[in-house]
Amino acid sequence: MIVNHMIIHRLPSLPMRLTVNGTPRTYDGDPTQPLLWYLRDELELTGTKFGCGISACGACTVHVDGHAVQSCVTPMMAVADRRVTTIEGLSAKGDHPVQKAWADADVPQCGYCQSGQMMAAAALLRQKPKPTEADIDSAMSMVICRCGTYTRIRAAIVAAARER
Amino acid sequence: MTTTSNLERRTFLQQLAAGGLVLAVGATGVRRLDAMSLFFAAGDPLQPSVHLSIGEDGLVTVVCHRSEMGQGVRTALCMVMADELEADWKTIRIEQAIGDPKYGDQNTDGSTSIRSGSYTRFRLAGAAARAMLARAAAAEWGVPVGDVTARHGAVVHAAPNRSLPFGKLVARARTLPVPAAPKLKDASQFRFIGKEVAGLDLHDMLTGKAIFGQDAKMAGMKIAVILHPPVYGSKVATLDASAALKIKGVERVIEIPTTPIPSGFQPLGGVAVIANGTWAALQGRNALKVTWTASPNDSHDSAAYRAELQASARTRGRVVRTQGDVAAALAGAAKKVTAEYYAPHLAQAPMEPPAAVASVTADGCECWACTQNPQEARDSVAAALKIPKEKVICHVTLLGGAFGRKSKPDYVVEAALLSREMKAPVKVVRTREDDIQNGYPHTVAFQHLEGALDATGKVTAWLHRVASPTINSTFAPGQTDLSDGELALGILDLPYAIPNLQAESCKAEGHSRIGWFRAVSNVPHAFAISSFIDELAQAAGKDPRDLILELLGPDRIVDMTKVGAVKPVDNYGDSWDAHPLDTARYRKVLEVVTKEAGWGKKLPKGEGLGVAVHRSFLTYVAVVVHARVSAKGEIVIPRVDIAMDCGFVVHPERVRSQAEGAVIMGLSNAITSELSFKKGRVVQSNYHDYEVLRMSAAPRAIHVHLAASGGAPGGVGEPGVPPVAPALVNAIFAATGKRIRSLPVGKRL
Repeated sequence: MIVNHMIIHRLPSLPMRLTVNGTPRTYDGDPTQPLLWYLRDELELTGTKFGCGISACGACTVHVDGHAVQSCVTPMMAVADRRVTTIEGLSAKGDHPVQKAWADADVPQCGYCQSGQMMAAAALLRQKPKPTEADIDSAMSMVICRCGTYTRIRAAIVAAARER
Repeated sequence: MTTTSNLERRTFLQQLAAGGLVLAVGATGVRRLDAMSLFFAAGDPLQPSVHLSIGEDGLVTVVCHRSEMGQGVRTALCMVMADELEADWKTIRIEQAIGDPKYGDQNTDGSTSIRSGSYTRFRLAGAAARAMLARAAAAEWGVPVGDVTARHGAVVHAAPNRSLPFGKLVARARTLPVPAAPKLKDASQFRFIGKEVAGLDLHDMLTGKAIFGQDAKMAGMKIAVILHPPVYGSKVATLDASAALKIKGVERVIEIPTTPIPSGFQPLGGVAVIANGTWAALQGRNALKVTWTASPNDSHDSAAYRAELQASARTRGRVVRTQGDVAAALAGAAKKVTAEYYAPHLAQAPMEPPAAVASVTADGCECWACTQNPQEARDSVAAALKIPKEKVICHVTLLGGAFGRKSKPDYVVEAALLSREMKAPVKVVRTREDDIQNGYPHTVAFQHLEGALDATGKVTAWLHRVASPTINSTFAPGQTDLSDGELALGILDLPYAIPNLQAESCKAEGHSRIGWFRAVSNVPHAFAISSFIDELAQAAGKDPRDLILELLGPDRIVDMTKVGAVKPVDNYGDSWDAHPLDTARYRKVLEVVTKEAGWGKKLPKGEGLGVAVHRSFLTYVAVVVHARVSAKGEIVIPRVDIAMDCGFVVHPERVRSQAEGAVIMGLSNAITSELSFKKGRVVQSNYHDYEVLRMSAAPRAIHVHLAASGGAPGGVGEPGVPPVAPALVNAIFAATGKRIRSLPVGKRL
């Protein structure tokens, strides 16, 4: 089975284990529950946002084993034994290069999509430390910003890449 | 959370403080001091205004009564307060006000948060506190008040060199009368206003700590997801909740009565699934089996409705403005140009779908919501629960975008009704589908324009007919054409010096709720007007920029009593004396933007520049879009220039980012977005079919040119949007010779 680009070899036996922001967790609930609601409702990590529920907007983007994933369509069974990182765990003090670049460029307006934007950008830079314009378009077009901060996001990613 | 008792105490103290001021008129200082000392316990803060509180610890709390939705109002109002107070920026804290008339108008719409009084009110409050602190220090040192100065969080006395921080002066200052007309700073002394200041919410937004409506919680809270009627006006006919109730975590299924249409701010009704978590509630909603009653809107179909609007706009409507003799001038034209424009319904589609949590008890209702209008939320909840308004406390979270959607508190009312039923706090989580399909769509508009050119290419006549359902139809029956307020958004205030001019409002019945959308009717009106000017320029063989300048005529203040309007024309709630229609300001933004964008430069084949200028919310904006159209019809936008004159600028960096965002939203409106109805239901459901601009389609560069003329501040959040769509279609025409008259462009080129 392939869920959200991740191959699930077998259904996990419950309780399953996972790591969230470095903390080991066990999960005994509905294996089809999307990771988003586990993070928001059960762990109260509300930095990961609900925007569409169908992986169309990217507000819920988190890292699973370092890759950007839309948590709203990622069932819990897909993250058994995996490392999940949310915006709360991206850095200890909010000083990840992406967060610093976002602050310098004064990117957020309403701020709602920005967790997803930064998680997508951080995953992009991890894979491609010197992304091209096309790389940025490709990775970041998954995440909608209705306030329209795209030019600043682009500038911030370029700046963060330069810093690294 | 602020408890009711704390709130009541604070209100009580403020009322007493206000009472103390009234006493002060005829009372002796000593007596007033004695009276006031009864009211203030040790440790109480200095509160010269409902917007300001200074503690003995030196912390300055600024109470922001407007909602933060990306426009930066929380930081901007703190900048204003801190500046006049001469506060140390590090001591500034924001408290978000609950909905309460004591704060004046809290409706965060109409781009009013700075322009409509708050700027002056916050300055006066800061200046009053600064004067009281200075008096307190002078009394402490026994020196004339003129010898001391407040600076950077302290009052200083130059000779001898000594100072007292604000916190140490609070105890004495709070016993002093609040000056009614404190001396304001000269603009040259500003430390924060007009300067670059990092947003006070920035760190929370970057670390996931910012709390929006969807994130709000209360102890013991349940989650509700609601199945709304698919057609406006229909009700639950039959309900089978058995499958939903079998889902683990689902606790109850509750029917919400449908408000008779027009339903205003009250809920659409439907069926709520209450669960112990969002996932269970979502699954429960999917498992509901509901049939719906017939509605008068069952046959509403956007294609048929467009034809209706077209027919309506082709016949004479209600004449709302007339000058000269349009019919004669059109008949005698050397060249007549006719064009029709269509702009579809739009969804505000803020990234955060609306959400609210409410707790109803015997004492009343307390709620937290991402609302633009907490007073309306409070009043609507009170009306639905049939309890006094004073028994409802509405707290405001951050808003994950709003764009007009969240000025309508139906979702807050839903939470309150469900909490009453559940006898527990309930959070209503609206999903994207609810937002797209059960919202308050932006109006749809069909516009018919006719223009006359004389033999020299001068525009001698202009006829503008608009058929567009009014927002008023959401609130009252029998509202079948645009209101005068909506017509004042671009049509009644058209500034051009055309001798024969007529505007008519044509019939357009509403078949859904219609709501505010960023810049409201300016969006379709500017699309038609600025597209038509481009078409007239083409017909006259003139450069579009030159024609706009020609139509503006010599610099002048347009006398709005002499524009032929049938009734006095609204000016965004402000006076024409304070904010006149000034053609020089149109000219200036147009000249700035065309110069910066390199207007007239030679471009490769398939590329073009388009220009548009529009005034709204007292602010003048001109836009140049550079478009490139490939052989396959693919549109690329390398660059957009936008020049804005919003009068005095309080928070320049946020004005720039609002302008950038307006460009993106304007392009979404023009290129990708369309909300349509079939069999009474909204066809689109989520971002996959209600498309908005993404990074890949966004302009590579947006250049914002602040062309501020000073004077009273105008609006900022909305006025950037209207000129964007016409500038784009004009650019596409320049690039390809193809004229787009129907939006969105994306599906047509």
